[in-house]
Amino acid sequence: MTSPGLIDIAENFAELSLLAFGGGNALLPELHARLSERLHWLSSTDFAALFALAQAAPGPNIMVVPLIGKHVAGLGGFIVALVAFFLPSSVLLLLSMTIWERFRDSPWSARLRRALLPVTAGLVASGAMSIVVSADRNLFYVAITALSFVTIRFSRLHPLAVLAAGGVLGIAGLWWSA
Amino acid sequence: MTSDLQPARPAPSRLDLFLGFGKLGLMGFGGVLPFARRELVETRGWLSAAEFADLLGLCQFLPGGNIANLSIAVGYRFYGISGAASAICGLLLAPAIIVFMIGEVYDRFRDLPVTRHMFAGIAAGAGGLLLALAFKIAEPLRKDLRGLLVLALVFGTIGVLHWPLLPLLFILLAVSLVLNGGTRR
Repeated sequence: MTSPGLIDIAENFAELSLLAFGGGNALLPELHARLSERLHWLSSTDFAALFALAQAAPGPNIMVVPLIGKHVAGLGGFIVALVAFFLPSSVLLLLSMTIWERFRDSPWSARLRRALLPVTAGLVASGAMSIVVSADRNLFYVAITALSFVTIRFSRLHPLAVLAAGGVLGIAGLWWSA
Repeated sequence: MTSDLQPARPAPSRLDLFLGFGKLGLMGFGGVLPFARRELVETRGWLSAAEFADLLGLCQFLPGGNIANLSIAVGYRFYGISGAASAICGLLLAPAIIVFMIGEVYDRFRDLPVTRHMFAGIAAGAGGLLLALAFKIAEPLRKDLRGLLVLALVFGTIGVLHWPLLPLLFILLAVSLVLNGGTRR
């Protein structure tokens, strides 16, 4: 693993900010591919765990971004990642608000939104893939993922309960594998 | 006086924006948007239902987290830049502190066998959540062959081959626009 400087962190998260079409979950596959596989800032195991912890915390799930910043560069990394990630997309939004008045009723607005849906769906599916591949090191964890998927899909159990159950099963696996 | 359909409500102060979005940030688990609608439209009356739908449309359209974008847009409507700053700082402050403390716990205990297995179990569970989310988002495309084709193309290049999102995103969007952007009923 290589530890990035604050400038590297700022540059990468500012670029990611402007690529985050479809929200935080759609950005997940690029976050993982870029930070773990191309830049080697953190292992895939750490990436998957930090993503899951950000999911378990209240707040927008994209809070995994400052969490990664902290993991790779401490408090400075946390703050730089937070600002670099939220500032560019916010400025773009402010600049767009006046144009939007004229654009929202044009047919292009509806067309672009229809075009964006399958792309977002594909990106979220890719993000699911990167977390599953990083987290499921053996059959035991594959079973936890499958159980979690089925529970969320076919029951109304709260996602937080599902994550907590995953943690408990993970600890149980310690004895199971020993 | 003629009665309006909606009772007039006083505009929120910057502090109201900070606190209101702060509450949303803390409620926000597993999808803040349904909460956001109830809070902003029904409980607080800062936006009409139509205004909410319009701003959300803009926010979903642009890059960035939907709820973070929404806080900026709503804050900006009332007080310009300083309103936008109040709203997003309110939204992010408490979650940032919480997530920082979680990071502290993770970095300190990630090497212990018990916590390592616990974190791995939580991560495996989160994989299942995301898979379920992907299915839910893809649901409207079930009978839409061209939509599914784009989904498969995105998944193949990004999910399987791990190609970089820049410039691929813009190529994929253009392909999707050609295939799915036509006027359909």
